[in-house]
Amino acid sequence: MKKLFVGLALALSLGSIAFAEAPKAPAAAPAAPAAAAPAATAPATQAAPAAMQAVPAPGAPAAAAPAAKPADDGKLKANPKVTIPIFLIIIGATMAVVVWSAKKTKSAADFYTAGGGITGTQNGWAIAGDYMSAASFLGISGMISLYGYDGFMYSVGWLVAYITVLLIVAEPCRNAGKYTLGDILAFRTEPKPVRAVAALSVVAVSTFYLTAQMVGAGKLMQLLLGIDYKVAVIGVGILMVGYVVFGGMTATTWVQIIKAGLLMSGAGLLSLLVMMKANMNPIQFFNDIAANPKIIDHVKLLPVYMKEVEAGKATAEAGQRFLEPGLFLTNPLDQISLGMALVLGTAGMPHILMRFFTVPTAQAARKSVIVAMFIIGSFYILTTLLGFGAAIHLSPQGIQKVDKGGNMAAMMLAKALGGDISPFLGDLLLAFLCAVAFATILAVVSGLVLAASAAIAHDIYVNVIKDGHADQHEQVFAARTTSFVVGAAGIIIGIAAEKQNVAHLVALAFAVASSGNLPVVVLSLFWRKFNTAGVICGLVVGTIVSIGLVMISPNMTYPNKVADDAKKAYTKLEKEIAEGKVKPEAMEKTMKTIETKKAEEAKNRGGKSIMGLDKPLFTLKNPGIISIPVGFLAAILGALAFPSRRSEEMFDEIYVRQNTGIGMAKAIDH
Amino acid sequence: MAEKQYDWAAIAKNPKFIELHHKKTVFLFGWWIFSSIYYFLLPIGAAYTPGLFKIKIISNINFGYIFALSQFFVSWWLAMYYAKVANRDFDRLTRELVDELK
Repeated sequence: MKKLFVGLALALSLGSIAFAEAPKAPAAAPAAPAAAAPAATAPATQAAPAAMQAVPAPGAPAAAAPAAKPADDGKLKANPKVTIPIFLIIIGATMAVVVWSAKKTKSAADFYTAGGGITGTQNGWAIAGDYMSAASFLGISGMISLYGYDGFMYSVGWLVAYITVLLIVAEPCRNAGKYTLGDILAFRTEPKPVRAVAALSVVAVSTFYLTAQMVGAGKLMQLLLGIDYKVAVIGVGILMVGYVVFGGMTATTWVQIIKAGLLMSGAGLLSLLVMMKANMNPIQFFNDIAANPKIIDHVKLLPVYMKEVEAGKATAEAGQRFLEPGLFLTNPLDQISLGMALVLGTAGMPHILMRFFTVPTAQAARKSVIVAMFIIGSFYILTTLLGFGAAIHLSPQGIQKVDKGGNMAAMMLAKALGGDISPFLGDLLLAFLCAVAFATILAVVSGLVLAASAAIAHDIYVNVIKDGHADQHEQVFAARTTSFVVGAAGIIIGIAAEKQNVAHLVALAFAVASSGNLPVVVLSLFWRKFNTAGVICGLVVGTIVSIGLVMISPNMTYPNKVADDAKKAYTKLEKEIAEGKVKPEAMEKTMKTIETKKAEEAKNRGGKSIMGLDKPLFTLKNPGIISIPVGFLAAILGALAFPSRRSEEMFDEIYVRQNTGIGMAKAIDH
Repeated sequence: MAEKQYDWAAIAKNPKFIELHHKKTVFLFGWWIFSSIYYFLLPIGAAYTPGLFKIKIISNINFGYIFALSQFFVSWWLAMYYAKVANRDFDRLTRELVDELK
């Protein structure tokens, strides 16, 4: 019990460097009975009285136990003695898979589609492994831990997206395609220009996504193992290149399956610990969130909430507000825009589309999407528990001290909850989660490198440059060389993009996939009049518009905006001091916060964004709502402007093929 | 490529194919539209009816949370329902069509 309070005191005092108002309460706690700590902090922070009453008052262990060891000095370090062996086991296991699959990879079909020999269930796990990125695992749990409900709402679209994949693209792609997106698009169009443009678009999408993953990998390894960012990126890069170059799709698939298994067990285990803290009672869990004094403090200082209070619109108390929408996704149109990008973008992701070529039949493709949906959906529900759990047990402030974007929330949670049982278990759980995140990154980047190199080697080299005349040996050689080059490029970009926000780069990839790729895939499969001009027009316009809109959007850093936010925060604190709202014992902390914020303002005032802008020209973070209709429109207008009889005549063929699988290109050698 | 040559235009006019693609189109696009509307009610509702999302249903678990959670279950249900219909109707029609062409 005593340990618990030391932990609590530590958590509160450390997590509160920036904002805390009541350091005395926890300091006095060791002598007091269990329920005293939250009760003592409550009045100082105007905690929601209703929410406080809802907490079973005497001896509420979960509410009173934000265990805090990892927040020690604002750093989270894994114990190398535990972490390194676990990493070695994972690297060893995946390497064994590579050696095994390298022997099986002889033809181009083996390399790109594992010879079509993956079963539906295996492919389902591999899709899940391919899809659930480090950004989902770390980014979304972090977003929930900092902004509550909005993070959960953000995660919903990632599953719903698979309805589009299931109903519209999975089976038609299996029936009509062979190795790449370009195969489907080039079916009844002029192959060369279409393949070239499709390959460029695939490379663009993969690059954004890959960059996000590499940055995530570098930061993660840097934070956890204390190794240099560059070393980490290069290390991940070498492994990824190794998997893809030697093992092709077979190795990539099995790395993804292993990763999905590890990720689900990690998330499941951690969620179980979180729920045990709430006595397995969801109602108590939600009460803990709303009543948590640190969360209340955190919400009070969020610009959105401050604005609501100023306008007299704050209907909920700060703690309950954490469970309501709008703290992060403040622009309503932005949420809809993001939803559109996810729902349509997933079905346009080249590394996801490619997975459907690895199964033998449309039935297997269908089954694989459904299996993937159950895995992915469960994962995002668990992520909610991790995110809210991290907010309760570590405090949003403590999480932001380690990483501003909250990306370390799940990791810190593993160490804290494991550490509550025994310090070794904390290290072990953290090491396991690190390894899971590491495997996650490897699985996703391998899939992306494979998709990008398939586009370059199969579409551009074999079909554009060599006119489709390349023997198996040459094709496999081209594929391996390209994978190597793409992987090397990924490493370089990863190093160059160190300071970017991971989650937003992923959103950018989805914007391009949804506005460039998806419209042309759907129109190719379902619209008789679609043709070469339509494909090129749709891809080019959709891609450029989405990238352009993101470049002038609020995703970029606008120093003046940073300065304004800092000013708002310290003005509010100064006002509180003037009104005598700040208790004398909290004065020192508050003054310190004001100083930090003032320094932040001075540093950023007068700067410009990458595009040389003072403020965003386009106000949405996600361009989908504009770029998706524009992409469709460009594709349709392009097709109507340059009609092609041949494309129309061949529609019957692709339409029959995609619906029935008659004459399906066997993934086995042609 | 030792592939059989098909008369695609003729297959496209085959009554079996017309029945198949009609049934599929209605089902797929119909349910896709349903799922999209159901999903977009979430961001739209969160933005324009915050009052509704704030309503506490069980203790302090609000409507917004339950609605977001329901998205998962609706998606899963739809996936299972589609699998059932596809295995029962679409695959059967496809098999019949393929047999007829042999």
